[in-house]
Order: sequence, then structure tokens, then C-alpha cells
Amino acid sequence: MRNLIDILDLSVEELDELMATASDIIEHPARYSEACRGKKLATLFFEPSTRTRLSFEAAMYELGGNVLSMASANSSSAAKGESVADTAKTVSCYADVIAMRHPKEGAPLVASLNVSIPVINAGDGGHNHPTQTLADLFTIKREKGEIRDLTVGFCGDLKFGRTVHSLISALARYTGIKIVLISPVELTVPSYIMTDVLEKNNIPYEQTTDLLSVMPKLDILYMTRVQKERFFNEEDYLRLKDSYILTPDKLKTAKKDLSILHPLPRVNEIAVAIDDDPRACYFKQVLNAKYMRMALILKLLEVKV
Amino acid sequence: MNIDSIKNGFVIDHIPAGCGMEIYQLLGLDDLDCSIALIKNVGSRKMGKKDIIKIDCDITFNMDILGYVDPGITVNVVREGKIVEKKTLDLPKKLVNVIQCKNPRCITTTEQELTHIFRLTDPEKRVYRCFYCEAKAK
Repeated sequence: MRNLIDILDLSVEELDELMATASDIIEHPARYSEACRGKKLATLFFEPSTRTRLSFEAAMYELGGNVLSMASANSSSAAKGESVADTAKTVSCYADVIAMRHPKEGAPLVASLNVSIPVINAGDGGHNHPTQTLADLFTIKREKGEIRDLTVGFCGDLKFGRTVHSLISALARYTGIKIVLISPVELTVPSYIMTDVLEKNNIPYEQTTDLLSVMPKLDILYMTRVQKERFFNEEDYLRLKDSYILTPDKLKTAKKDLSILHPLPRVNEIAVAIDDDPRACYFKQVLNAKYMRMALILKLLEVKV
Repeated sequence: MNIDSIKNGFVIDHIPAGCGMEIYQLLGLDDLDCSIALIKNVGSRKMGKKDIIKIDCDITFNMDILGYVDPGITVNVVREGKIVEKKTLDLPKKLVNVIQCKNPRCITTTEQELTHIFRLTDPEKRVYRCFYCEAKAK
């Protein structure tokens, strides 16, 4: 039995295998429509989410399985003070696989240590969000053909953006990747991402506060939202929330085949006018996420199609 | 300054100056009844200044705590007034219930019964990270 807590739990070969399965699901959906018949996915969401929870649930339904859903901490025993371990143990009596989102970092790991069914980290605080990374990698692969020889820019909140941390860690294992980190000084990536991930893997990277100056060199631009829920101080949030807003004007110097990604939800950091630009890939990412979650569920449940 | 030699116990030597009190607290020496001496800023040829702790009773303590504070610390085991063993330390690969995670978003801050675990992620820089949230130990 395996879990997915951190994107590094999966080898590059396993990532390739998941992406191959996801591509096969896109081409032959009917083959997979009964693959998880009789299996149940429990989505335990202790923090609000629309996209991730519905994506997991849609993924399981499209595999012919069923879903047990807990949509908020208020509607669970967590509101009565139940521990993550106890909640997970209880749910493991009903379900075959758990997808858990929790505001506390490390909560899905705690769950996985206490149950005998697979646990998927669906986001833990500002820490990790590996299934978003699966969607990001799959989107890059589908848009660029291969995940190699790419300059990838990350823009916005790089400090608390868990999707950024997971994607950088994942990309560090591919060849020819260059990273450009674009953020206000207050929201730069944590130092361990630079020392333990980028420098350790000899990944060339640069840090800047100026998006326009680096725009022409980017193959991928990964935009992020400044997340209100990660700030303890509203003043800081208000000061930084509009730091980087992508508008059609700013794309004038960008490559014709740039791919713009965003983990969503978007607030105002990408102007709606960009949605019709063929370089906008963020809604494709949403769809790709569902296919990668289907592939992941199949792998963790060891279902062969 | 005269401090009696001990009969049965331990001399924790080569503690970096200023770290004696931290070790005193981490080892929970406050709870012991026996004679304990914490000597600060002792002159040392090797270290310039060092701290020393003498414990005049036979207790068991977590050597990982000492290794975490400084692997250069030595522990002399004293029996009947004589040093019978000199223990050297390694930087522990894992710390269990030695330090607590300071990240306010870590699951260990709300679930008190969880074991506090830190793993050595960079031996060269002596970096320990929380097993749960990967925050660096402070």
C-alpha cells in the first residue's frame, strides 16, 4: 500500500506512468468507466475547497466508484476536538482510499501513519499539494511535449504557495530546467527550497521582483494568488495582494508559445481578458488534474485496466 | 572556586560556553534530588571557554540531546570517584521528543499527543527539520 503525501513519494518513472495512464484515460474513457466499481473514496476536507474536492469526486465517479464526502471541519467530529488520527482510523473502516485537505501542515502524514488504506494529501496548509503538482506536470507535458529544457517562471506568492514548492521540487528532477522566481521581497520562496532543492540539484535559478524584465525568456509562467488565509496579519495581506497582475499588455514581450499556468482559484492576478489568449492553460490544468487524479486513484488502489 | 568531585555519576564536558543551561533544561536535571554542578565559562585550551555539568547520581539520559546541542560534547562516566568510561557523541540522525516544532501551522501545535520528531537533513550545516511539516528546527 502506498500513499501520496509529498510529490517526491513518486519517482520520475512513476510520474511518467501516471501521465501515460492519464493520457490513455483521455483517449479511451469508456475503458475506465467501471474500473473502480465497488470502491469508495473518502474526501476529508478540513479546509474549504471547491476545485480539489470536486475534482477528486468527479475522478472517482468517472472510474465507476463511489464517494464519501466531508466538506468542512465544522461538519465533522474535528469540531468536537477529535484528532486527525482518530478521524482517519474511523473513515478507513468505510472507505478504500482517503483524500485529505487540512490547514495544519503534516496532518495527512499523521493520517497515513494511522490507517491501512492509501492516503492522498490534497493540500496541507502552506506545505504540500502533490496532486496539483501532478496536474501541473501533466499540463506542461501536454503543452510542451516533454518536461525538459524549459525556463519556468513562478510569479506571486512564492512563500506560502504550496503548489509552487511542490512543483519546483518535482521539476528539479528533470533535465535542462531553469527556474525564475518572481515575487515581492516579503513573499520569496523559503530558503530551504533554494538550498535543499535548487542548489542541491544544480538547477540554475534567478530571483527578481520584476516580471517584465524576465518575461521574454519564459517557456512557462506559473502565476499564483496571494492567499489571504496564509497571513496572520491583514495589513500585510492588503499591502501585497496586488503585487503582480498579469494583463495582455505585459504579455507583449512573451514568447508566442508561452504556457500560462495557475493553480486557481484566481482573484485578480490574471486579467480575464487573457482567458481567450491561446497561451492561457489554467482551465486545461483543471481538466488535466481530474485525469491525473483518476490515474493516481487507480495506482493506489492497484487497479489494472 | 571549589566543587567537590563526584562519586558515582557523570561529567558532561566540552559543552560550548553558554549552552550549559540549555542542556540542564533539556535533560530535565531540575527534577533530580542529587548534587548537580553547572559550571559556566571554564577556561579551556581547545575551546577558549566551555561549560561543564557534574551530576552526582546514576541516571539514564538521552545522549541524542547532547549530540544535538553539540557533537563535540564528551560524557565521562564516574564510578567510585574514578572515570571508567569516556563517551563521545555523534550528531543524531533523528530527534524524538527532544525539541518541539515552532511552526504555528504544524499539526504538532494542535495535536499535543503526537511524538515530536525531527530528522537531520543537512549534517554539514546541522539542519534538523520537522518530520511532519519540514520546518527547520530553531
